[in-house]
Amino acid sequence: MSSKKKLIGALLTTAILAGSSALASAETLRWARAGDSLTLDPHSQNEGPTHALSQQIYEPLISPDMEAKPIPALATEWMVKDGEPNVWVFKLREGVKFHGGEDFTAEDVVFSFNRAKMESSDMKELLVSIKEVRAVDDYTVEMETEGPNPILPNNLTNLFIMDKGWAEANDVTAPAEFDDGEETYAVRNANGTGAFMLESREPDTKTVLKANPDYWGQGQFPLEVTEIIYTPIQNAATRVAALLSGEVDLIQDVPVQDLDRVAGSEGLKVGNAPQNRTIFFGINSGDADLENDNVEGKNPFADLRVRQAMNMAIDRDAIKQVVMRGQSAPTGVIMPPFVNGWTEELDAYPKADIEAAKALMEEAGYGDGFEVTMHCPNDRYINDEAICQAAVGMMGKIGIKANLVAQTKANHFPLISGKTTDFYLLGWGVPTFDSEYVFNFLVHSTTDDRGSWNGSRFSNPEVDAMIQSLGSEVDLDKRNETIGKIWQVVQDEQIYLPIHNQVLNWGMKDNIDFAVQPEDQPHFKFLKFN
Amino acid sequence: MLAYVIRRVFQSIFVLLMVGLVAFSMFRFVGDPVENLLGQERTQADIERVRDQLGLNDSFPVQYVKFLGNAVQGNFGISYRQGRQVSEIIAERAPATLELAGVSAFFAVVLGVGLGVFTAIRRDGFMANIIMTTSLIGVSLPTFLIGILLIYVFAVELGWLPSFGRGETVKIGWWSTGFLTESGLKAIILPAITLGLYQMTLIMRLVRAEMLEVLRTDYIKFARARGLSKRAINFGHALKNTLVPVITVTGLQIGSIIAFAIITETVFQWPGVGLLFINAIQFVDIPVMAAYLMLISVMFVLINLIVDLLYFVIDPRLSADASTRGH
Repeated sequence: MSSKKKLIGALLTTAILAGSSALASAETLRWARAGDSLTLDPHSQNEGPTHALSQQIYEPLISPDMEAKPIPALATEWMVKDGEPNVWVFKLREGVKFHGGEDFTAEDVVFSFNRAKMESSDMKELLVSIKEVRAVDDYTVEMETEGPNPILPNNLTNLFIMDKGWAEANDVTAPAEFDDGEETYAVRNANGTGAFMLESREPDTKTVLKANPDYWGQGQFPLEVTEIIYTPIQNAATRVAALLSGEVDLIQDVPVQDLDRVAGSEGLKVGNAPQNRTIFFGINSGDADLENDNVEGKNPFADLRVRQAMNMAIDRDAIKQVVMRGQSAPTGVIMPPFVNGWTEELDAYPKADIEAAKALMEEAGYGDGFEVTMHCPNDRYINDEAICQAAVGMMGKIGIKANLVAQTKANHFPLISGKTTDFYLLGWGVPTFDSEYVFNFLVHSTTDDRGSWNGSRFSNPEVDAMIQSLGSEVDLDKRNETIGKIWQVVQDEQIYLPIHNQVLNWGMKDNIDFAVQPEDQPHFKFLKFN
Repeated sequence: MLAYVIRRVFQSIFVLLMVGLVAFSMFRFVGDPVENLLGQERTQADIERVRDQLGLNDSFPVQYVKFLGNAVQGNFGISYRQGRQVSEIIAERAPATLELAGVSAFFAVVLGVGLGVFTAIRRDGFMANIIMTTSLIGVSLPTFLIGILLIYVFAVELGWLPSFGRGETVKIGWWSTGFLTESGLKAIILPAITLGLYQMTLIMRLVRAEMLEVLRTDYIKFARARGLSKRAINFGHALKNTLVPVITVTGLQIGSIIAFAIITETVFQWPGVGLLFINAIQFVDIPVMAAYLMLISVMFVLINLIVDLLYFVIDPRLSADASTRGH
């Protein structure tokens, strides 16, 4: 009660100071970021801005909070079933209603999971281990997995629950197929249980959300925002201008060169947090010969000494200061700090040492250096092309002449998944907050269901076996020990050249009390005005 | 006349088909749409399945023929990015672009002609010189820079006008207009100036040059000798005779106003087809790109066709030549 009084007091003060309009506008939040959500269908796209909007309207069983820690949402508790290590039990929240008034029950959960497991769903890869989802009673759900899956709940934080009846009535029981030839109802309409309800949506232009008056979280969350007006503003300069001119209250994706400008403006502030995304170089150490170099008949990257020399040649502090304007956290490992398996020793990175690096190159027989093509995206990560340009100079110091090819992400990423680049920049986030995710995609040999992003071509049967064991190891201590062992191999073999973890910056009015979320997902139910 | 028209129409269709072919052969270089469609957890099997569904495994001539087949029936497919009918999205976005282009063209013509006449009459005047010098800015500064400058001055510093978007719009049937609300009218000012500035300076310089030419002619001297008022000489006689080339150039420029709107729309987050196209390129949204390019080329071809036909109407010698051929 006292906090409510404080709030009213604060609002009154603002109203008196800023005139009568402040009271009404204080509750509307005008939010802008670079890109729009692609669809409101919660299972069609596994993509950042899409999930960020869906999180306001729909809810998962377990939700990430503003520190990206899992907290109960539609499930109140979850545990492995006694005596059955491959069954998870979820107790559901009672008395929750969808925006359309429908009751939330176990059958909606079963329906939503089955929908998300369909072939046309983009979320299915996160649920491959689930064999069956069944309703035990109206408020209990059991999920049976192929083997024991100790980290299953981590995969569910963006897995939204739809109402079964609504989906059936509107013929959206499956996510859209690309060759359907028609728009489905769920693309622009939504019926969730979240703190905000969809009022109107014009894709790429404007989306309006209104507070849900019957939200179950009344009293548990601040819920001070009563209306959200979301406008994507693609051009960075325009986005910053809109914040400076007071036309929007909060922007994501503040360009690093404008941070001082925003922070120095009266009435505005910048919040930041380390992002769940590590930027690194991949090098092809696995192939016998490289396509993109001038060394005939062998692969210079296959020599550990060359990889170590490259790692030493990279001046991470210089990249941080010059390219990122201080907005990065240099690292020696390809995972951000909140991931299970992260340690300070792994994170430690070597100081740039050109002399030692040169000596290693000499020792490896590449004293005269060699040429290789470096591939880089130019529209995906913060200052991605500039990072590559800096790295080209650093590689040049030890005799590696890197020819930079910077291009759009739609051209860049197929090179990695198609294994046609030997030296490339990639950024990787860990949505499950567990090392297994990194290993599955980046370290395991490329097979049908693993190693799809392993452009290093690193392949070691023992490591593969260790990675596979993680999926069903129930003893968490033992599991963490294996994780540590795998990281040791990754570091010793210098499979990747880590650069830094990105830092997220949100610019906002300084009467907004809101933490920056590591996954770049604002959850506006936590937002407070002061 | 009729034979000429038919010949021109056939030529136009050929041009359209070629534009489409070139466009489709280029799409491969924009990137692989599947990368954007599937999340990072996708497997190779997913990639193959989606490529197959989208027909991306076909060679580009086959993709093109399929596209044409559907396009003839009015079906431009589904946007990869938005999952909605392309024709519906374009119809939804077109009013924004057309209103912006219309206002810019209006602004360019009225101010361009007015200032052109002014600077021609007061050739050595102080104001005329200032106008001529500043008009260089319009010709030489790139559009996005002018846009950012205007935003900085009028939105950030002065706070008079909005920096982005279209303001509140009103729906009249399927057409959404920003002309009926205050915020909509305010919102169109900066983008319209940005988009029209180049055309305005172009028209102004053209009118000025033509006027100077005409003012030297004998009939103007004679009109002065007759003691006609300055107003009658400048506007009644001189301006009228400068307008033929001005109209031709303006007509052709309307096409480029719509095409150049891409940059202006990106700077001002103007929700028109240009912004749609930019987003489509970034996402490799082939159905949207294809539909947009076809639409723009239809528009250019149509404008050229109309201009060609107008020559017949304006210049009787053309048709006379045709009918007297062989004599």
